[in-house]
Amino acid sequence: MFEFLGETCVCAVAALFRPHRFRFGDSAVAFQRASFDGIPVTSGVGFLLGVILAFQCAAALKAFGVELYVSDMLAIALFRELGPVVTAIILAGRTGSAFAAEIGTMKTNEELDALTTMGLAPVRFLVLPRVVAAAAAMPVLTILSEIAGLVGGAVVLATMGVPQSVFWSHVADATTVTMILFGLAKSLFFGFVVGMIGCFEGMRTKSTADGVGRAATGAVVGAIVAIVMLDGLIAVIADLWEI
Amino acid sequence: MDEAIVSLSHVDAGYPGKVILRDVSFDIMRGEVFILLGGSGCGKSTMMKHMIGLNPVLAGELTVAGMKWGSRTRAGLCRKIGVMYQSGALFGSMSCIGNVMLPMEEFTSLNRKERKEKAMSLLADVELADAADKMPSEISGGMKKRVAIARAMALDPEVVFLDEPSAGLDPITSASLDDLVLKLRAEKGMTFVVVSHELPSIFKIADRAAMFDKARGGMVALGDPRDMKVSSKDPFVLKFFNRGDSHV
Repeated sequence: MFEFLGETCVCAVAALFRPHRFRFGDSAVAFQRASFDGIPVTSGVGFLLGVILAFQCAAALKAFGVELYVSDMLAIALFRELGPVVTAIILAGRTGSAFAAEIGTMKTNEELDALTTMGLAPVRFLVLPRVVAAAAAMPVLTILSEIAGLVGGAVVLATMGVPQSVFWSHVADATTVTMILFGLAKSLFFGFVVGMIGCFEGMRTKSTADGVGRAATGAVVGAIVAIVMLDGLIAVIADLWEI
Repeated sequence: MDEAIVSLSHVDAGYPGKVILRDVSFDIMRGEVFILLGGSGCGKSTMMKHMIGLNPVLAGELTVAGMKWGSRTRAGLCRKIGVMYQSGALFGSMSCIGNVMLPMEEFTSLNRKERKEKAMSLLADVELADAADKMPSEISGGMKKRVAIARAMALDPEVVFLDEPSAGLDPITSASLDDLVLKLRAEKGMTFVVVSHELPSIFKIADRAAMFDKARGGMVALGDPRDMKVSSKDPFVLKFFNRGDSHV
């Protein structure tokens, strides 16, 4: 994995100095599949997450007559933690597995060997465009998921008689630019991780009947475990740095 | 045909920890059609993987166009060889012409129009100019192999490697691929190294062949396969060429 990570980083640096060698077309296709095609599921899950969170918290806070503060809690939870993490898990399920299956199928069809014998590095040709696409798609999807979650919360609180203007003003008061940027930076990082693990699993696919299936499963499971672990680590670092 | 383009000297072929063929030595001359032949699992595809630089040899010396495979020589050597894989290994996201243009896009200074003209000319050579804009999923197995041959020739390589070109093809399509190899050799003077165990194809196209035997783990015959069939003293070679009957 570390060798693969190193090779990808070397290719990324080389692409910075020779941008014409980067496969923008392939990356654009991967970005479109990872982002635009994922909008319905990401925003749908985000909306339902907002609804569920608002219902659960409102039920508890209503006893104290402070259900209005559900909006503050929703904003902080979505922008700091749940938005990036849940979106990354969806990306792992949709895009990470797709990367593993695509590259794994290419490997079993000898297409990776064909690239190698043509003198084209599979990492530059296949991995880098996909990792860049996944990293770029994550902030877009995260923002949509967060907005959808807030809308879900607003709908729930509206049924409890909380005026919309009050809900959204509480959201605005509880949200800071640092918080939003922190969440987006995390989402960018998670996108990179999902892309890397998906491509890594694809590249090491075995030429057996269940090889591609195993690679796709490995991509999803590996990415989810990595996201949760990294999120915990980032939370500790953020606390130490008082972000 | 007096200069070796591929040279093997006391090569051990296989994978780390598993030697399949031991102490193999032969030269493949420029301009000849050379066959690597033997039964299933005897190591002929493994030997080809060494020749095309996918796996390093376990022992001995292997040179292609006078160079050994290594990190410094890889880029240069990749442009001297072309490879057609058993499945064709066309990139499914690109059209046939896109597949043929790819090596030119990466390694030549030709502009798009020139690349397209050359790719069309190569597709015409393999009699598939009509299929230029089709995707690999829209063409047959035999057509995929022809497009793969066109792609293998995109950088005018010195030697083209074909891995089991007849595998999975009907006899007529298989024979047409044999004709294509002979035509390209005659017109372009290229060297072909072919992995095969299809006897009609071997007798039609081969100048020379090296035969490998799994049981003995090495090369058991080298020369013209037509001579091997009639004058070999080796029971395995006779059995192979006479389709299982060693007394013929």
